Amino acid sequence: MLRDAAAGFLAEKASLAQLRRLRDGADELAFEPSVWAEMAAMGWAGIAIPEAYGGLGYGFTGLGVVLEQAGRHLSASPLEASVLIGATAIQQLGSEAQKETWLPAIASGERQITLALQESALFDPPAVAASAARQGEGWVLHGAKRMVLDARSADAFVVIARSAGDAGAAPGLSAFLVPAASAGLSLRRCDMVDSRQCGALSLDGVRVAADALMGEAGAAWSALERTLDIAAIGLAAELLGLSLEVFERTLGYLRERRQFGRPIGSFQGLQHRAAALFAELELARSIVLKALHALDAEAEDLSLLASAAKAKLCEVARIASDEGVQMHGGVGMTDEYDIGFFLKRARVLQHLMGDYYYHLDRFARLGGY
Amino acid sequence: MTETEAFRRDTRAWLAANCPESMRRPVHSFEDIYAGGRKPEIEHPEQLLWCERMAERGWTVPHWPREYGGGGLDSEQVKVLREEMARINARRPLESFGISMLGPALIEFGNEEQKREHLPPICRGEIRWCQGYSEPDAGSDLASLRTRAEDMGDYYAINGQKVWTSYADKADWIFCLVRTDSSASKHEGISFMLFDMDQPGVTARPIRLISGSSPFCETFFDNARAEKRNLVGAAGQGWTIAKYLLTHEREMISGFGRAPDKSLGESAIEKMGADREGRLRNGILRHEIARYQLDALAFAATMGRVGDEVKAGQGLGPASSIFKYYGTELNKRRNELNLSLGGEAALGWSGAEYDEGSVVRAFLRSKGNSIEGGTSEVQLNIVAKRVLGLPDA
Repeated sequence: MLRDAAAGFLAEKASLAQLRRLRDGADELAFEPSVWAEMAAMGWAGIAIPEAYGGLGYGFTGLGVVLEQAGRHLSASPLEASVLIGATAIQQLGSEAQKETWLPAIASGERQITLALQESALFDPPAVAASAARQGEGWVLHGAKRMVLDARSADAFVVIARSAGDAGAAPGLSAFLVPAASAGLSLRRCDMVDSRQCGALSLDGVRVAADALMGEAGAAWSALERTLDIAAIGLAAELLGLSLEVFERTLGYLRERRQFGRPIGSFQGLQHRAAALFAELELARSIVLKALHALDAEAEDLSLLASAAKAKLCEVARIASDEGVQMHGGVGMTDEYDIGFFLKRARVLQHLMGDYYYHLDRFARLGGY
Repeated sequence: MTETEAFRRDTRAWLAANCPESMRRPVHSFEDIYAGGRKPEIEHPEQLLWCERMAERGWTVPHWPREYGGGGLDSEQVKVLREEMARINARRPLESFGISMLGPALIEFGNEEQKREHLPPICRGEIRWCQGYSEPDAGSDLASLRTRAEDMGDYYAINGQKVWTSYADKADWIFCLVRTDSSASKHEGISFMLFDMDQPGVTARPIRLISGSSPFCETFFDNARAEKRNLVGAAGQGWTIAKYLLTHEREMISGFGRAPDKSLGESAIEKMGADREGRLRNGILRHEIARYQLDALAFAATMGRVGDEVKAGQGLGPASSIFKYYGTELNKRRNELNLSLGGEAALGWSGAEYDEGSVVRAFLRSKGNSIEGGTSEVQLNIVAKRVLGLPDA
C-alpha cells in the first residue's frame, strides 16, 4: 500500500521530468518545497521516527520502501539528507532535549537537518580534522566540510569535530548541533553531477552553547557509526529502486529498438547480459530487505549487513546503469534521453557514505579477514 | 502445551530411542549417502536399520501422504522433525532421485495406480531410480531426443541410447523420456515412461569423469520392454512432465552453492597470515574472497526470501533458472578459491596426505554443476525469454 502510494505520488509530483526542469532552471534548492511539504504531510518524513517524537514509528522497512521508490523516480527532496541521515543522527547521538526539539519538527517537514562529516574527497569517517575547543561554557568550532547534502535548505547541521585524539582516530570525535544562522559559518554551492543540492561548509570560529554538544565530548564514534550504518542501508534501498528502474527501461528499449531487421533484444549476446543482470538484481533485493529487517529487529550484526548491502548495491547499480547506457547505444549518450540521469545519480549514491571498495573492505574486516 | 510442542516432545523422544549412534553424524561423501535399492551400497550396517525405522513412520519422506508411504506431516511438523534431527546431528535416512525427482512428478502427473505401485517402495528405499534424459545428440537441445518407444500392442519396445544417466549401473528402475510419435513436432512427440532396468535389453556402462569418479553412465536400450500401465500422463505429454521435473532438479543442484560453515576468509588467514590491521596479506586474493562471501550471503538471503514466497503460494517456475545459474557459478568460484588457498596440498590426487585428493576432486566435480540439469547458458536463455519477455530471433 505504502509502495503504491509512494510510486503514484512521486511519479506525478517528484519525477525525473521535474528533476530535469529544476536542473535546467539552476534551481537554488534543487527540489520543490511545496512537494516536500506534501510528502511530509503524508507522514513520510516521520516514518522511522518514534511516535513519542511526532513520527509514525513504522521503522526503517517502511522508509526503505519510500527510498526505493525515490530511487526509481530520481525524486529530488531532502528525504535522504534530513530524514534518513539527519533525523537518524539526532536519534542516535542526541540528548532527550535535542530529540524533543528537532524530531517532531523534522517529521512535520517544518525544519531540515543535515550531517556535516566528510572532509576529504574520499569517504573516511574517522579522518576528521575539524576541531572543537571548549570556551567558557560552550565550544568553538573550526574546519571545513564537504559533501553536505541539501546544505542550503538545512536549518541546522550535525557537525562532527575533533575535541581530542589524533587525526584519523575514532576516539575524540564529538558531534554538535549547529544552527545554520551561526556567525562564522559559511556555505558554498558544490552541486554534484546528479543535479541535486550539495554544499561545502566552512566553520571559522563558530561559537555554540554547551547544549549544542550531542552526547558526551569525544565519545561520538559508536553512535555515529550506527548512524552511518543506517544511512548506508537506506541508500542501498534507493540504489535498488534506481537499478530496477534503469533495468526495466533498458529491457523496454531492447524490445522496441530494431537493427538488422529484428529487435535487438532477440540477440543472445544482449539476452544473456540482461538475464545475468536480472539475477544480480534479485540478490540485491534480498540483501537490502535482509538489512532493513535486521535494522528494525535491532540485530547484532547490523554493521556487517549494512556494509554487505551497500557494497552489493554499489556494484549492481554500477552494472545496471552502465549497461543501461551501453544497451541504449548512441541515444544513451544524449542529454535528451533520460538514461544518463540514472548513471549520474547512481555514481553519487555509490560514493555517498562509502563506495563499493570502502564497504567490501569493511565487510571483510568484520568477517575477520 | 500446543500440538506443535507435543509433536516436538514426542519426536525428540522417538529419535533419542531409535536413531543409532553411528547415524548421528553428517555424511562424509557422496558414497556415504544411502540411496536404497535392490542391491544397496552401504558404508555402515546401521544405515539399513535407520532407514527401516524411519520408513515405518513414513519419515523418510515426511511430507508425502500416508497412503503412499509418506509421513503425512504438514510443513510445520516437517520443520520440527528436521530441527530435531539436526539437533542430534542425525543424517537423512534416505536420499534418492525417487524422493527428489520422480516422486513429485508422479504426485503431480501420475494416476492412482502408478502412485500406489511406485511411491511406497521409494519411501522404503526398496527401489532406486535413475533418470533417462540426455542423449549423445540431445544435450542442451534435449527435446531433439531420439530414443524410440514403439507401441507393440500390450507393451512398448524401447530402442536407443541415453547418456549422463546418473547411477544407472546401480539403479533398479528408470524414468525415461522417449519418442512415441515421430511425426509430431519435436516437443509434442515425447512421452514419460517407467521401466525396470533389470532386463536383457538394458545395458549401463559407467563413464569415467575428470574427477576420477563414475557417477554417470551411458545406457543402451535394445528392445527393452515398458509396460503400458507405466506411461505417465498421456502419450505426448512427456515434455511438460520433464520441464516440471527439471525445475526440481535445478533447485536441488543450486543448493550446492549454499554458504559454507566456515568462512573462506578465516581459513585464508590461518594459511597465509594477516597484516598488522588483521587483513589477509594478499589484498587481491582478499578481494576475491570478500566478493565471493558477499555474493554467497546475498544468494542465501535470496533462497530464504523466495522460499518464504513459495510457502505463501507464489510458485517458483522459471525463476528456478536463476538459482540454478547463480548457485552453480557460485560453487565453482568457491572451489577455485579452495584450490588457490590450498596450493600444493589442494592439488594432490591420492594418498592419505592429500585426503585422497578430496579438494581437487571436488573442484573438478564442480565444473559439471553449470552443465548438468541445463547449462548456465540454457538457464540464461530461459530467464531472458520466459522471465524478461525478450523476443525470439
